[in-house]
Amino acid sequence: MQTELYTILFFFMLTVALAYPFGRYIARVYAGERSWLDPVFDPLERFFYRLSGVDAKREMRWQEHMKVMLTINAVWFLWAMFVLTNQGWLPWNPDGNPSMTPGLAFHTAISFVVNCNLQHYSGEAGATYFSQIFALMFLQFVSAGTGMAAGAVVFNAMRQRTTLQLGNFYAYFVKSCTRILLPLSFLAAIVLAAEGVPMNLGGGKDQAPGPEGDTVEVSRGPVAGFVAIKQAGTNGGGYYGANSTHPLENPTILTNMLENFLILIIPMAFVFALGFYLKKKRLAFMIFGVMSAGFLLLLAPALIAEMRGNPHLGQMGISQAAGNMEGKELRLGAGLSALWSISTTATSNGSVNAMHDSFMPLGGAMQLLDMMINSLFGGVGVGFLNFYIFIILATFIGGLMVGRTPELLGKKVEAREMKIAMLVALLHPFLILVGTALAAWMAASGAPVAATWLNNPGAHGFSEMLYEFTSASANNGSGFEGLADNNPFWNISTGLALILSRFLPIVGPVAIAGLLAAKQTVPGSAGTLRSDSATFGALVFCIILIIAALAFLPALALGPIAEHFSF
Amino acid sequence: MFRNPVLFTVELGAAVMLGVCLAILAGDRSQGSLGYNFVIFLWLLLTLLFANFAEALAEARGKAQAASLRKTREETPAKRLLEDGSVQPCSSNDLRQNDRFLCEAGDLIPADGEIVEGIATIDESAITGESAPVIREAGGDKSSVTGGTKVLSDRIVVRMTTQPGESFLDKMIALVEGASRQKTPNEIALNILLAGFTLVFLIVCITLPSFSRYAGAEITIAALISLFVCLIPTTIGGLLSAIGIAGMDRALRANVIAKSGKAVETAGDLDTLLLDKTGTITIGNRKATRFYPAQHIPEPDFIAVAALSSLADDTPEGKSIIELALKHTTPGREGVPVRVPLPRQAPAELPFPFSEGLRKQPGLHFIPFTAETRSSGLDLPGGSNIRKGAYDTLKAAAEHAGHTVPAEISAATSAIAANGGTPLVVALNKHILGVIELQDIIKPGIRERFERLRKMGVKTVMVTGDNPLTAQYIAQKAGVDDYIAEAKPEDKLEYIRREQEQGKLVAMMGDGTNDAPALAQADVGVAMNSGTAAAKEAGNMVDLDNDPTKLIEVVEIGKQLLMTRGTLTTFSIANDVAKYFAIVPALFSASIPALDALNVMRLDNPESAILSAVIFNALLIPLLIPLALRGVTYRPIGASALLRRNLLVYGLGGMLAPFAGIKIIDLLVSMLV
Repeated sequence: MQTELYTILFFFMLTVALAYPFGRYIARVYAGERSWLDPVFDPLERFFYRLSGVDAKREMRWQEHMKVMLTINAVWFLWAMFVLTNQGWLPWNPDGNPSMTPGLAFHTAISFVVNCNLQHYSGEAGATYFSQIFALMFLQFVSAGTGMAAGAVVFNAMRQRTTLQLGNFYAYFVKSCTRILLPLSFLAAIVLAAEGVPMNLGGGKDQAPGPEGDTVEVSRGPVAGFVAIKQAGTNGGGYYGANSTHPLENPTILTNMLENFLILIIPMAFVFALGFYLKKKRLAFMIFGVMSAGFLLLLAPALIAEMRGNPHLGQMGISQAAGNMEGKELRLGAGLSALWSISTTATSNGSVNAMHDSFMPLGGAMQLLDMMINSLFGGVGVGFLNFYIFIILATFIGGLMVGRTPELLGKKVEAREMKIAMLVALLHPFLILVGTALAAWMAASGAPVAATWLNNPGAHGFSEMLYEFTSASANNGSGFEGLADNNPFWNISTGLALILSRFLPIVGPVAIAGLLAAKQTVPGSAGTLRSDSATFGALVFCIILIIAALAFLPALALGPIAEHFSF
Repeated sequence: MFRNPVLFTVELGAAVMLGVCLAILAGDRSQGSLGYNFVIFLWLLLTLLFANFAEALAEARGKAQAASLRKTREETPAKRLLEDGSVQPCSSNDLRQNDRFLCEAGDLIPADGEIVEGIATIDESAITGESAPVIREAGGDKSSVTGGTKVLSDRIVVRMTTQPGESFLDKMIALVEGASRQKTPNEIALNILLAGFTLVFLIVCITLPSFSRYAGAEITIAALISLFVCLIPTTIGGLLSAIGIAGMDRALRANVIAKSGKAVETAGDLDTLLLDKTGTITIGNRKATRFYPAQHIPEPDFIAVAALSSLADDTPEGKSIIELALKHTTPGREGVPVRVPLPRQAPAELPFPFSEGLRKQPGLHFIPFTAETRSSGLDLPGGSNIRKGAYDTLKAAAEHAGHTVPAEISAATSAIAANGGTPLVVALNKHILGVIELQDIIKPGIRERFERLRKMGVKTVMVTGDNPLTAQYIAQKAGVDDYIAEAKPEDKLEYIRREQEQGKLVAMMGDGTNDAPALAQADVGVAMNSGTAAAKEAGNMVDLDNDPTKLIEVVEIGKQLLMTRGTLTTFSIANDVAKYFAIVPALFSASIPALDALNVMRLDNPESAILSAVIFNALLIPLLIPLALRGVTYRPIGASALLRRNLLVYGLGGMLAPFAGIKIIDLLVSMLV
């Protein structure tokens, strides 16, 4: 028990310690400084830019950035559709898996394009080596790169000068992929492969001794490479259906810690990168402080609840010394599962190493809250964008409180920016609450389609529905499970939530940052509200608490909170 | 409804509750007792009433002021001057722009205009509330008069400068009454924020019946609407327009008329203040502070000569020399002629400067100051002459006559200049006798005011016609951050432009016509009421008291306005924490008893819990009206410290206060029911 806690503490500190220099590296990449990878990638990039006729040096306005972003995302979606619906006859299909049906392919393609990775298929039987690499893994890189590039545009816009020119989207995007995601994933994949995660293209299934003395067939493939970017790009969609609970996707404690590290490293480093990029380290520390405080405040109850175990099972005479082990992997344990579950929901990663449905109600509540806030580190690039909206709101209220027209880093925040910020802030509760209300209404009215949805009645069943919409709206992709979600209602409704909650929260902050960048810079004075102070951090934290967290209190009260108090 | 989305939704809520009450009367049994529903309906009505009351109260203060102003604008008799010079009596309503009219002692000035002839003392108390009369004269920067003020002495001819109905007083009345009040940009942005919050809570409440239906807990309409009304920011929504009006009103109480609410808001953001030295930083004009006689001249003799030199000098400087000389004249010398020893010459005999009738003595010939001679003085009957003037001029004259200039004189002159003073040299028969030091007197307390501005983050700039050396000295002594020396009107404009290019907001005060371009260029231009019509037109505020330090007050009023909005918004939103914990358990504890654990306030029963939250929410508005009207006090302690303070008081306070308030009301409610 003690060892587990010390491990978690040490793990968190080590991740922060490594995120700091990595953040400096990311800032240098976006600032266009030379890196040691340039000799490898520069000629390649030049070749492809020339081939596609893209001028990666041309400065773009925020509107152009978003146009490029949406266009290339649309192209990737079509490409993924093509591969998934034709994977049956395409090469590298040693297991002979069939092509996806258009409906499933549509859902899968959308889900991977938006960096969510909600999966209604099992990788072992539903995808081929080719589609795993060229459709899914490809999208895991580029969707992560999209979020990071959008983040870089906002970085650029936050520099204190008056401009419409905010860098080049292609350059930010390609650099995100080749200079940040690729080297990190490459190193991680080597370690994973060394620990026993498969990495093969030929050969097909392997045989392994089964639990009852028989032999079982085990799917293999380019797993190590896939898992690395799945974790590092806050994608979360597993190579195998069972995600990181699968012994070949996450075989040892070391791979577990490495994969958990990969979940957090870029979202954390991105915050430090902002500090290095703007040369405003205190601002980065403020943001990091607020995010860490929120993260740890959610982690603590989850850890306590899981490690204390299930009192009802305890009363039945089953030892709970190892904590609540229902739905957990024996080789990982309750504490590390709680840590992973909070990491994966905080960052919109969505990979799992345990069954979230089987967590104690309090643990489930923390996972839900994590995704409802969706900006405690958050997804790569986009987590910062979500947080940026809260900074805008805090700037407005805080600015008024010190008797000045609100300004963020010398730019006045006015009606137009507030309109966009409120719209983005509204979207999340809207999608989650309205979606869940629709589902709850159908379940409560005994609609025939809803009859088979829920595995559990009552509050837990409610949590399952709430979790599904929250996961989709947070672009998280993890499932509470226990919900029969592979049917038209859930596919369509969560699909809509996926698209809306991916692109609006990217376009909104970029638009605000672009509008602010075009304004004249107001020089700071003693009367200017500093956005890098601890007090401002406290204000941001309170605003997140009241807008993002409390709006969900009635819903949480009927789900995990009711369950917790009835337990 | 678009004016205030928060209150609009409360109106809708009240309407629905009225419907529920009627349905119960018609026999509906699903919504609880009629009494309970009706009480909720009543409290929603009260919430609206309180909000409207706040606005009405703020407006009423303005209206009272407008009424008293209107009295002065009523029809008055006027004397129109015709082309041929004859006077035609008529009513003020018959006057048109560019008409000339005559005003004599005791007349009310019938319309705004510019004096084209004459000088008069005028009682402007009807507008400024200041009883001391002011002097207005033709030409120069003090030529404008306002309709409704009264001529106390003399006779003036005035050219009417405005169209009837567009006079300054008319504009003031419209402003004060709020007829021309528009939403400021900041108010619009805040309204968006509040509308956003309202929408979030609308989503929360609209989806709730579906959730509770699934959970098997039927929610009454009263509970749902109560939750909604309590969560939306009704406090700030109800007080928002009152805060805006009160801000303008505070400016008005400081005798500053803001032409728009935006100008007041902008004042809170100012980065740079341009202040005229004279009247703002220093008291009026320079004053004589010390006499420096040459070595061979006894001090009393020098003082006497200095006094003689200023006998006919009616400038403030000249008067101050006489004052100082009187103070230094030892008793017992009255009437005794002054004998001034002169090198290589018989002592000159001069009359005692303060003897009666000296000025009218024949043979005394006063020489006025001219720009060419740069000196003034007098010729005496005995052939002596006394001159007072700039060091360079008198030194040249002395040297020309073959006299040497004592070394201590030149030393004293440079010492005075280096200390920010102006040296005035006095010569008798072209012998330089000594130097008079003139000093600017810095207003007491002005240094502290600038310090306060600096803590607010506002830079102060002194504008003066003095030479750079003097300007620098005074700037240092008064504690201003920068100065413009030997300033011409276009220098001000140039300075303002330069600051604005750096993104700064600049305010200035001015009165002359040549100030008009700079007043228009400045983000906040405060024209003095005594100033010319052009200056008043160019500025976006008019200071009725003609007090140059008013800018400082204006900045604080602007900051107060924004702060009041910010803190009440924070308070309103922070309240939601407690309200959630009052109402959410009340909604569900009947069907899901476990959720009573969320009832941290241990409220008596669901109905009283909901009612208490609604009552608390409604009562907050009248409780906070005084704060909204008075404004949150601004403290120049730096932005971060201010934020910390306001977050503790209004954020943390706003989070905790309702826990206590709702609990107390719940105790009362459960006792009564």
